[in-house]
Amino acid sequence: MDISKDVEMTSNASEAIDRREAIKRVTLLLGGVALGGSGLVAACERAQRGAAAAGKGGGGPVGSFSAQEVALLDEVADTILPETKTPGAKAANVGAFMALMVTDSYTDRDAGVFRDGLRTLEQSGGGFMAKTPEQRLAQLEQLDREQKDYQDKKKRDDPPHFFRQMKELTLLGYFTSEIGGSQAMRYRETPGRFDPCVPYSPGETTWTAHA
Amino acid sequence: MQSQSFDAIVVGSGISGGWAAKELTEKGLRVLLLERGKNIEHVKDYVNATKAPWDYPHRGGRTQAMERDYPVLKRDYPLNEKNLDWWASDKDSPYTEHKRFDWYRGYHVGGRSLMWGRQSYRWSDFDFEANARDGSAIDWPIRYADIQPWYDYVERFAGIAGSREGLAQLPDGEFQPAMPLNCGEELIAGRLKTKFGGRRLIIPGRVANLTQPLPGRSPCQYRNACWLGCPFGSYFSTQSSTLPAAVATGRLTLKPFAIVTEILYDRDKKRATGVRVLDAVTETTTDYTARVIFVCASALNSTWLLLRSATDVWPGGLGSSSGELGHNLMDHHFRAGASGTLEEPGLDAKYFYGRRPTGFYIPRYRNLHGDKRQYLRGFGYQGGASRQGWSRGVAELGVGGGFKDAMAQPGKWTIGATAFGEMLPNHANRITLDREKKDKWGLPVLAIDCATGENERLMRTDMMNDMAEMLEASGVKQVRTYDNGYWPGMGIHEMGTARMGRDPKRSVLNAHNQVWDAPNVFVTDGACMVSASCVNPSLTYMALTARAADFAVAELKRNNL
Repeated sequence: MDISKDVEMTSNASEAIDRREAIKRVTLLLGGVALGGSGLVAACERAQRGAAAAGKGGGGPVGSFSAQEVALLDEVADTILPETKTPGAKAANVGAFMALMVTDSYTDRDAGVFRDGLRTLEQSGGGFMAKTPEQRLAQLEQLDREQKDYQDKKKRDDPPHFFRQMKELTLLGYFTSEIGGSQAMRYRETPGRFDPCVPYSPGETTWTAHA
Repeated sequence: MQSQSFDAIVVGSGISGGWAAKELTEKGLRVLLLERGKNIEHVKDYVNATKAPWDYPHRGGRTQAMERDYPVLKRDYPLNEKNLDWWASDKDSPYTEHKRFDWYRGYHVGGRSLMWGRQSYRWSDFDFEANARDGSAIDWPIRYADIQPWYDYVERFAGIAGSREGLAQLPDGEFQPAMPLNCGEELIAGRLKTKFGGRRLIIPGRVANLTQPLPGRSPCQYRNACWLGCPFGSYFSTQSSTLPAAVATGRLTLKPFAIVTEILYDRDKKRATGVRVLDAVTETTTDYTARVIFVCASALNSTWLLLRSATDVWPGGLGSSSGELGHNLMDHHFRAGASGTLEEPGLDAKYFYGRRPTGFYIPRYRNLHGDKRQYLRGFGYQGGASRQGWSRGVAELGVGGGFKDAMAQPGKWTIGATAFGEMLPNHANRITLDREKKDKWGLPVLAIDCATGENERLMRTDMMNDMAEMLEASGVKQVRTYDNGYWPGMGIHEMGTARMGRDPKRSVLNAHNQVWDAPNVFVTDGACMVSASCVNPSLTYMALTARAADFAVAELKRNNL
């Protein structure tokens, strides 16, 4: 769930140490989402429907989430990572990605935290969907401060804050999407060479990882 | 009908088995190469090799269903969405853990040569003499001079990119040009060399990825997707390298789905006569005969096969007369080190292009050249420097457009390294057959009883703190240490359980990797190791295998086998 600071530091230590370290980094990031908990037979079956829906986008239900819930998640994601010069998280179907990951990869406990959080967002102050973009941003900025404060203090085995979950899944879902990976950032499937030291100017984007 | 008689049989098609098949066929033998799992054809079967991150529903991550299906694999990085198909099924092939032992296996043609880390370092006489010097276990029956020409030989064929450094503890090899350090690493390498008077060095990782073409193989394209199989054949694997060479002789028969259940042994001739094979699909049994047998099934599985063979003569199995079969299991302990940030003015104006499939290496310096610690042996570091990616955003405060655009740009330079430490051989660390538990094919599984000891515990403190010391001395900021915990097996460098030696009463194999009790049976994979060194072992398996194959063919010609 929560990416601990340990993992964060380790994961940022190097973009390309050896293959094993590189893989471990991806897995820690993603595996951090899924550690612990019991297996879910039903989730496995739902996953197949969900995977298809998440890949396509298009507003249907995904996994254990209704079409309305996915739409709400899209708006949350798009407030965290909105359209700028490049498309935002909604265009990258991050709502469906979140729904799929919570359905397939989260433990029951963490999925419960996520769902409770989603309900809070649906219901607070007239509901997230009814708010203006400015109001949504203000609400998520407030939640962001709350989650960071909570996450920095919480004990290892305490549950994560729901907004940390949403933010993490949004970042993961967006920057590993085609839009995030190849438009917001730069992707070369086959770079063809290694230049160990090249000039960098502010504003230039990150080279996307492959595997 | 397929011939059931061959000159040689090779059990296992990974790094060691691939080399055995290549060498034996090239020397004129008709070879049967047996692999317990499915075939994976070079390039054609690398089905995920060119997929983008967004082509995976969970973006490469894991699901609860995967965790349920892979109770062992889930303990570390191998459980993932991208190459899950290349890791052995925990359910089909369970094992018993008297103590936690993480066993990550590849049951298919090519074995773990498809997924390996490719770090390739020579051992030195500090390693081959280590047991004799400090009185651990038994002495190696060979020295660096015995294996040096074979390192030369396998490096030229495999293609190892590396730099010549002139270090006694990490001998230079027949290298292709190194994959260079990036600007952050170069900066710290220079400072480290000065601060420690050249005793501690950052050098480019030595890696089995081409920087110059070899026949049928292209130089690395810097995709860093090796573990999905390389469409360019740029890294060494059975598929890219040894298998095509063996096939080209016209003398190789490759048989996938062939589980070798027993080495057939003639007690009068004191020789193996062949092997018994269980077809993994049809579950029919066939015997194959040969004059010489190379057991290269990976350390634990090679010993599993010996434990089940010739039990009418030795109840403990072929090679058990020494009392050492199954004992002295080793791995490399790791997951401890340090990392920090590079906050040099000007470095933010530097970046790199291309995804280099390796990093830097810090060769061992502890307990060498007059250094003396409370523990025996030493460790090396594997690490790298890079710029932070978007994942830094998870723990940072921020939402909205400015946050998004900032996360799409590289962050600070960071640097870090993890130590890989030598684990001492210990008779108590052992594998046995668990006759109560059966695998999918009804075969008794292995029981593993292995733990690290006081020497490793003491070493781990240095593994963490030395890295922090080096980084801080080199001007790295926000340095922090970590020890993420280690359980035997996690290094995926299983070694020992059928060690070489000079004395048949204390070792399973002789100096040429022959089983003392059956001289036409050679074990040349990790099982043969007498100590573990701290460097990655696969290059040494290649060299030992080529050396043993050369000896075996010479002995066949002399009618000694």
